[in-house]
Amino acid sequence: MLRSLRARPLTYLTLVAVAFFSAFPVYWSVIVASHDNAALAEVPPPLLPGGNFFANVRRVFDTAPFALALLNSFVVAGSITVSVMFFSTLAGFAFAKLRFRGRNVLLLMTVVTMMVPTQLGIIPLYMLMIKLEWTGTMYAVIVPALVNAFGVFFMTQYLSRALPTELLEAGRIDGCGTARLFWHVVIPAARPAAAVLGMLTFMTAWNDYFWPLVVLTPDNPTVQVALSQLASGYVRDFTLGLTGTAVATLPLVLIFVLLGKQIIGGIMQGAVKG
Amino acid sequence: MATPRGGSVRTVAPSTGGPPAAARTPAPARTASGWRARLHRLDRHASPYAYVAPFFVLFAAFGIFPLIYTAWVSLHDWNLLSSDNPFIGLDNYTALFGDGYFWNAAFNTLSIGVLSAVPQLLLALLLAHLLNRPLRAQTLFRITLLLPNVTSVVAVVVIFSQLFGRDFGLINMVLEWLGVGRINWQAGVATSHVAIAVMIMWRWTGYNALIYLAAMQAVPKEIYEAATLDGASSLRQLWSITLPMIRPTVIFTVIVTTIGSMQIIAEPLLFGAQVSNGAAATGGTDRQFQTLALYLYEKGFRSFEFGYASAAAWVMFLLVVVVVGFNYLVVRRMRGGLDA
Repeated sequence: MLRSLRARPLTYLTLVAVAFFSAFPVYWSVIVASHDNAALAEVPPPLLPGGNFFANVRRVFDTAPFALALLNSFVVAGSITVSVMFFSTLAGFAFAKLRFRGRNVLLLMTVVTMMVPTQLGIIPLYMLMIKLEWTGTMYAVIVPALVNAFGVFFMTQYLSRALPTELLEAGRIDGCGTARLFWHVVIPAARPAAAVLGMLTFMTAWNDYFWPLVVLTPDNPTVQVALSQLASGYVRDFTLGLTGTAVATLPLVLIFVLLGKQIIGGIMQGAVKG
Repeated sequence: MATPRGGSVRTVAPSTGGPPAAARTPAPARTASGWRARLHRLDRHASPYAYVAPFFVLFAAFGIFPLIYTAWVSLHDWNLLSSDNPFIGLDNYTALFGDGYFWNAAFNTLSIGVLSAVPQLLLALLLAHLLNRPLRAQTLFRITLLLPNVTSVVAVVVIFSQLFGRDFGLINMVLEWLGVGRINWQAGVATSHVAIAVMIMWRWTGYNALIYLAAMQAVPKEIYEAATLDGASSLRQLWSITLPMIRPTVIFTVIVTTIGSMQIIAEPLLFGAQVSNGAAATGGTDRQFQTLALYLYEKGFRSFEFGYASAAAWVMFLLVVVVVGFNYLVVRRMRGGLDA
């Protein structure tokens, strides 16, 4: 074994310390969410969860339209995820396996657009939403996010590596048109990468805050917008804010704990190729 | 890293041979098969464009068009409520460059960006170096490191605003116990910048560490063996071997982090909202942590001066290009020094 690449006690100590700082704020939100406000003023503060969590959750649902917000977020993140997975696989297939004039230029454009700070176009985008009469509705949040350059690039990379060209040619010889090839050969082959892309997309869509804040109204929010209302303002109710945080974060942390290994694999794969 | 990607994309495309040979058979008598052949050719030629079209059409409509239209709006005295939006040339830009609040926001953006990005990437590099060896609980470490990235910006700021709270914050409690005394984090320029930088660092360090780790795993282990035999320390190896070998990834993360830093908005917006609703869009009562993106938000969506805010957006866009270009050059120069 290499001396330099061996794990010494100091390595573990450092990593454990970093892991502690990574996990502690999330743990802390659970602690605050399960106590009442008075407990926060205690010295030393409580370090174990208390028994007030469900009472606090009820208060959250009474104070803000959280049920509606959760529903909205599921609809928004769900539709964006399905759409991004489908259109990215479709375009990725064309870029990876089909020959057409201008392919390299279009692929280059896709890569470049990954770097464009589209957030700066937010004012005309808002004006567009007013024109379409979509402000205050979920269309305004869903439609602009239906595709993204990262997804197309990610699927192009995967399919050019994982989809055997011979398989496609065999399909052609059997008389398959491009559409049938896509349904019966490409989609099954794309499944592992599409699943990773789906998870990343769902996380991003669920956590998106700024654009929903601009274009939605307080009475019909997504989870992040509802949470920001809950946690701001003149009333400094930390328990309420952090309980909302726990409720809003829980679905994602659950997905993450169950599928964390694949998500990490996806991020690292995307990185090597990016 | 870049070469195999380009190679694979270019080489795996199917050859034109095969089916078209059969399809090209001229058969004027057999109209059915002629029709089939034409359909087949149409499928071969048009399908690729049809498949990439949804992406380009949607991205053009909701990504590129708004960005370009911003330039047009910025040349007008454009307001949400007014029906008449007169063309005023570059007046918005002149006003912008004379606006102290704009420059204040530019300074804050730069300050928070440097405070968050530099330690974040250095720490990520070090963490990846530590993870790049046989470890017990490797997966557990990776999952814990990425946990902050799964947490939403809103959640991060809500949690950290409590931790940084003046009266009941855990951090002030510890500082008092250490004898430093309580700090009103939101009040000062430096303290608020540090607090926001900590939030950004917390959320992104693990993510960048994993990206570095992925690149490091592609570096051949023999190089390290040779260096170890020559007596090079672990840190020395990180600096002299790993860093030059993963240079493309370093450049990639520097660019992505820079672009992200120039657009920081949710953190200061929510951090200010913890003080009062009025302090949200201004980034604190004295604009001590208002970033450029937040300034854009204040002008565009609090006072609805679309023309003026669009001018700010375009200047920001140019600043992003300039700063990204500058950082790119710096990182590329560094590579020269490392290679030598």
